[in-house]
Amino acid sequence: MSAGKKLLITEDWCKGCGICVEFCPTNVLEIKNGIVTVVDIDKCIKCGLCELRCPDYAIYLEEIENES
Amino acid sequence: MPSQLVRDNLRTNKLPHIWCAGCSNGIAMRAISQAIENLGFDKKKVCIVSGIGCSSRTSGYMNYNTLHTTHGRAIAFATGVKLANPNLKVMVVTGDGDCSAIGGNHLIHAARRNIDITTIVFNNNIYGMTGGQFSPTTPMENYGTTAPYGNMEKPFDICNLAAAAGATYVARGTTYHVNPLVKLLEKAMIKKGFALVDVMSTCPTYYGRKNKKGTPAKMLKYFKDNTIDTKRVEKLSKEQLENKIIIGEFKNTDELEFTDKYLELIKGWEG
Repeated sequence: MSAGKKLLITEDWCKGCGICVEFCPTNVLEIKNGIVTVVDIDKCIKCGLCELRCPDYAIYLEEIENES
Repeated sequence: MPSQLVRDNLRTNKLPHIWCAGCSNGIAMRAISQAIENLGFDKKKVCIVSGIGCSSRTSGYMNYNTLHTTHGRAIAFATGVKLANPNLKVMVVTGDGDCSAIGGNHLIHAARRNIDITTIVFNNNIYGMTGGQFSPTTPMENYGTTAPYGNMEKPFDICNLAAAAGATYVARGTTYHVNPLVKLLEKAMIKKGFALVDVMSTCPTYYGRKNKKGTPAKMLKYFKDNTIDTKRVEKLSKEQLENKIIIGEFKNTDELEFTDKYLELIKGWEG
């Protein structure tokens, strides 16, 4: 279903507003040194709520062809 | 490398944008790109016109035909673009001040003419770029740098204003309700006539700080807790509607469009 998606971060674009951290339903993210950081990727359900509301396009889900 | 949607619709060499941390204009810009992508428009035929203000930076970031114009005059320029080339999908991205104060007259007259322009207002209740002055949509008693004792003026409801002036599609969305916002934008974009979507946006730097609204995420959650859909409005009392933001469709009608009328006139005179 959502196994073919990967959570990616463009660190240079993150302004550390914390919107993604607040809206993540499974507490995958944290702001560290002013930038979003993945603290527990195993908990990620790939819902995409972070991508939907990231005003800086710094966090998103990308389809991956082969998940190994 | 950013997401596919961003790569396909925005000028990535101009990103990251200049908007403040937590400013939801970015969410609204993404929603516009998503709507254009969903509708499958020919991007060479999309033209984004903007005026001056935080919201109006959008024309610099979107990778279509773009026109960054003078303060309040985006709709006037867009009228020219549309009449010169009616095949273009002309959209205006404007702010609450740019649209309803400086460009207030252009707004009502474009709505009256029913010219096929989609106007998207990033409404953050304040003049952000110039330092937090109160705007025509700042709620009463809210603070701004030019309203240190609270705003004394009654605000405009941009949706009711546009609907009364003759716009054929009028809706309001928020940057919290992103997916419904994309749907409203899509409907506005395909409307043949003057369409306006009032997008409630957040300004944590000025409006939020002056009015103690909390973090950017808290400001977005305010939209979640304080909005009522137009479909429910009739069932509620005046007290229940107090201080609530009405979202959804306000008006959706079909009327003869201005450029069509204009082309017909030219055809008649050509014999």
